[in-house]
Order: sequence, then structure tokens, then C-alpha cells
Amino acid sequence: MAKIATREAYGKALAKLGEEKSNVVVLDADLSKSTKTADFKKVFPERFINMGIAEGNMMVVAAGLAACGKIPFVSTFAMFAAGRGFEQIRNSICYPKLNVKVCATHAGLTVGEDGASHQAIEDISLMRSIPNMVVISPSDGIEAEEAIKAVAEYHGPCYVRLGRSAVPVINDNADYKFQIGKGVTLREGKDATIIATGIMVDAALEAYNMLAEEGIKVNVINIHTIKPIDEQIIVNAARETGVIVTAEEHSVIGGLGSAVAEVVTENYPVPVLKIGVKDTFGESGKPAELLEKYGLTAKDIVKAVKKGMSLK
Amino acid sequence: MEVNTKELQAVAKTVRKDIVTMITQSASGHPGGSLSEVEILTALYFKEMNVNPQKPQDPDRDRFVLSKGHGAPGLYSILARKGFFDVSELNNLRKLGSILQGHPNMNYVPGIDMSTGSLGQGISAAVGMALAGKLDKKAYRVYALLGDGELGEGEVWEASMSAAHYKLDNLTAFVDFNGLQIDGKCEEVMNPNPIDEKFKAFGWNVITIDGHDFEQIINAIEEAKNTKDKPTAVICKTVKGKGVSFMENQAGWHGSAPSKEQCEEALKEIGGEN
Repeated sequence: MAKIATREAYGKALAKLGEEKSNVVVLDADLSKSTKTADFKKVFPERFINMGIAEGNMMVVAAGLAACGKIPFVSTFAMFAAGRGFEQIRNSICYPKLNVKVCATHAGLTVGEDGASHQAIEDISLMRSIPNMVVISPSDGIEAEEAIKAVAEYHGPCYVRLGRSAVPVINDNADYKFQIGKGVTLREGKDATIIATGIMVDAALEAYNMLAEEGIKVNVINIHTIKPIDEQIIVNAARETGVIVTAEEHSVIGGLGSAVAEVVTENYPVPVLKIGVKDTFGESGKPAELLEKYGLTAKDIVKAVKKGMSLK
Repeated sequence: MEVNTKELQAVAKTVRKDIVTMITQSASGHPGGSLSEVEILTALYFKEMNVNPQKPQDPDRDRFVLSKGHGAPGLYSILARKGFFDVSELNNLRKLGSILQGHPNMNYVPGIDMSTGSLGQGISAAVGMALAGKLDKKAYRVYALLGDGELGEGEVWEASMSAAHYKLDNLTAFVDFNGLQIDGKCEEVMNPNPIDEKFKAFGWNVITIDGHDFEQIINAIEEAKNTKDKPTAVICKTVKGKGVSFMENQAGWHGSAPSKEQCEEALKEIGGEN
């Protein structure tokens, strides 16, 4: 299967969803070609609402639509959804627990050339801090499509984090099943655990291979749902391997790493080492160059695993 | 249109007394802006809106969004007096465990169509409701009530632009133009004037009225219903603290509760049946 961006999968899933559910409506803030909501617009123009460049209003208009029985999917770049729209999402979507799906694209550093102003590396942190919010970060196109189906069935606010760049396919096995709140064990090993989300799941698998060559066998877990997080799979991993390395295309403050550390410290304290953007802004560059420069590669994960093992 | 306003005036008196009593009991709340909105809410709920306290979730009902969420005591009294919940509940305003939160919560209070409190957002929710009505070809109408200080929020104008863009003639927004906000006169804090010209420029039908005159309010609602392809803004000139002489036109009464003595004096002034 070809590499595709999770936003591409989102556009396709949305167009299909439109057919199945007549109460699905889609809102965008002048970015429908980039967020891929244009795929939905093409088939259901009457249920596509362009809100122009006004993200705060868009979030609450979606809340109003949801209060009248619609299932609004709201899209823009993650920076402007979670960042600009934070307070609207908190007070007008999550507080009244309205059935709005915020599907934010262009998350993380791999936005690339647009630079720091457009690279949301705080969105997971912001969104998971709000009560009632479900936060999902799919690792490939297949998972993104399944996540969209799942959030459409779930009643309540959801944030789905999608990326700009094409990512390798990792979930193309016959028994793949997506369940909100369930972590997925991708590789098993006893020496350490790597817990990754989004595009970093692929890097974690690469790190697994690199470590295996040196005789180190690690557990690899994909956490696609950051909230509610699968506490059981994390606690089991801590107990069985004694050290955890987290990997995310997000700040090390408040994201997956923090969420995992919260679970571990309260249940089974072991070292948790975080791979992520280290409290700094990104910059313009090619996605691969940025991942390299900001320490988000398989090599960085391998290094962290070895350091973690020395702390056991 | 000739309107018999006697009954509405009696309701308004009761609501004003509820507001003063509730805020005194909770020793917390916003009397000024609650008192200035009374006639607008009374006209909507006791004359105009298609709502049924027995069926608060009726999908065909008219909707109301209190964008100036701090005016909650006025809305709570209206809903209780209309029969959405027991009047005795009004004693619990802002108290721990109460359904009557400081700002309206749609999941706690029967009859509240949208949770509000953070200024600028309610009108956006009303736009969403009006859009849903258009999509579903429903006949219901959507009403929003904004404060004049609230017009400082940029989101109000984002919402206004979108309401006109989508020709939401099923949406009517009232502005409680009492001229005062927390820090003083709106004109001095952040001048919103000319409010009518702003809404006109954003593509709205605009009507300016005396916000304490039932006949004018009801006629404005009728005009809005007969206006096609445009949302209507009703700029209501009001008096903050209306009905209680020592509160009238005093910014200091925006968010402070009266003492028991002040409450008694206020109730006496408002008068009418208990």
C-alpha cells in the first residue's frame, strides 16, 4: 500500500461518512484544499460550510450545529484549531459536551517550510487538558480512516490530530481494529518499552529493528488515543520492561510523554524518557531535515532506550 | 401592531424582584445587566417564542442564546416563571451543587439552549443553530442577546459576517445597549458606537428601539420575521439596573450583590404582586 498523509485519509473517510450519515456537516476556515475537506465538499456541497478565516467563530458555530443534532467535523491547521480556538473549544464545545469533531491537520514539525508559526507542537497538551475531550493521534492512513469512523460513532467532543506529509503504512494487517482508548502492542520485548504516537510510531518500529540488531529486544506500543489513555497497557509495560521511552512529534511538555509519565508515576514508577521537541520553536525546512535537527528520529529513540536501560 | 402589554409588565415586575432576591441570597451575581434585559426576555418567552416547558428539547422549538451569559439571573427567573423548573430553585443561584450556575449550563437547566459565559461566543452558537435550521428547512427562529460591552469581542464580528454571508434571516440578535460595562461607560472603556452602523455595514437589517417598551420590542421581532435574506439586529436602548433607582446607570452595580436592606428597598420600588 502506498504512503499517504493522514489528512488524505481523513478527506476520503469524510466523503464516505457523508454518505452513511446525513447529519454529518463539515466546516473549514478557508483551507479545504489543504485539510482535504474539499473531498467532502465535492460530494456534499450543501453540507459543507466555509467559515472563512475566523477559527474562533467556526468552533462555536459548530457547537450551535451540534446543539441542533448535527455531527460537525471542523477542520483547519492544528495551530489555529487547538491554539486560536482553545477557549472556544473549552467553553462552547467541551463544557456543554457537544458532539463536535475537531479534525486538525498540519500538526507538528512536518508542516515543514511554513515554519514555527504554523508548526503546532502544543496541541496535544492543550486539548488533553480539557475535561470531556477525546484526543486521537493516528499513525498512518489506515488508522486515520478508522479513527474518523470511530469518532463519528462516539457521542461527544473529539480532537483528531492529522499530519501534512505522507507517512509509511504500518497497520495493513488483516486483524487491525481501532478502538478509542486502546493502545496497540506492535512488537514484544523485555528490555525496554517504546510508546509512540502519530508519525513517530514508524520511527519506533525502525528503532526496534536497529536495537534488535544489537540484541536488544523492546516492546513497541502505539498509543493512538492520548485521552482517555490506555493505562493498563502502560502499567503492564512498566512492570514487564522497567523502562519506557516515549516518542511524539510534539513538545515534551504536556503531550504523550507527560501523559505516560502521569500514569507510570501513580501506578508503577519506572524511568520515562521523552523524545519530542525540547521546549523550543521549530523553523522552516524540509520535514525530514526538521525531524533530524530536533531529535525525532529512530536513532534518537535508540539512544534514549540505551540511556533508559542504564537507569533501570 | 397593537400589543396588550399589561400582562407582560406584570411578568417583568416579578422577574425584576426575582433577580434582586436571587442575587441578594447568593451574595453574588450581576444585577445591572440582568435588570436591563428583562423586557427583552419577557417579550420573547411570554409573547413570541414557540417553546414548551413540557418539551424543552422539542427539535422544532425556537432557540434563545444568552450571549451575555452573566445576565443568567434574568433568564433563570423567566424560565422558572414560564414553568421549565420549580420557582423555589431560584433560591439556589450560584450555590454549590445547584443547577443554576453563575453562567448558564444547557445540561443542567431545562430550557437553556446553549451554555454561555465567555463573551462573544453565544452569537456564534446562534449562527450555528440558524444554519442548522436552514439545512433542515425548519421553521424555528433563533434569538441571541448580546451586551454592548460584549461587542468588543472580535468574535461577535466574525459571527456577524458569517450570519450575513449565509443570509440567516431566521436569526435575530438583540443588543442590550445600556452604555455601561464593568470599568465604566462603554464609550470610555472601548467605544462600540455607532453600533447600528456597524451591523448595517456587516450586512444586517438593523432596528433601534427602546428596550424597555414592549410594543417596540414586539414590533421589532415582527419586522425581523418579515425580513428576507438578512439577519436582524435589534439595538435596544436600555438602562442598566432598570427599576431600582439606586442601581440605575451605575456601573458599580454590574457585578455586585445588594445587602438585605438594599434588597428590601429595591423590592418596594419595583412593587407589584408577589
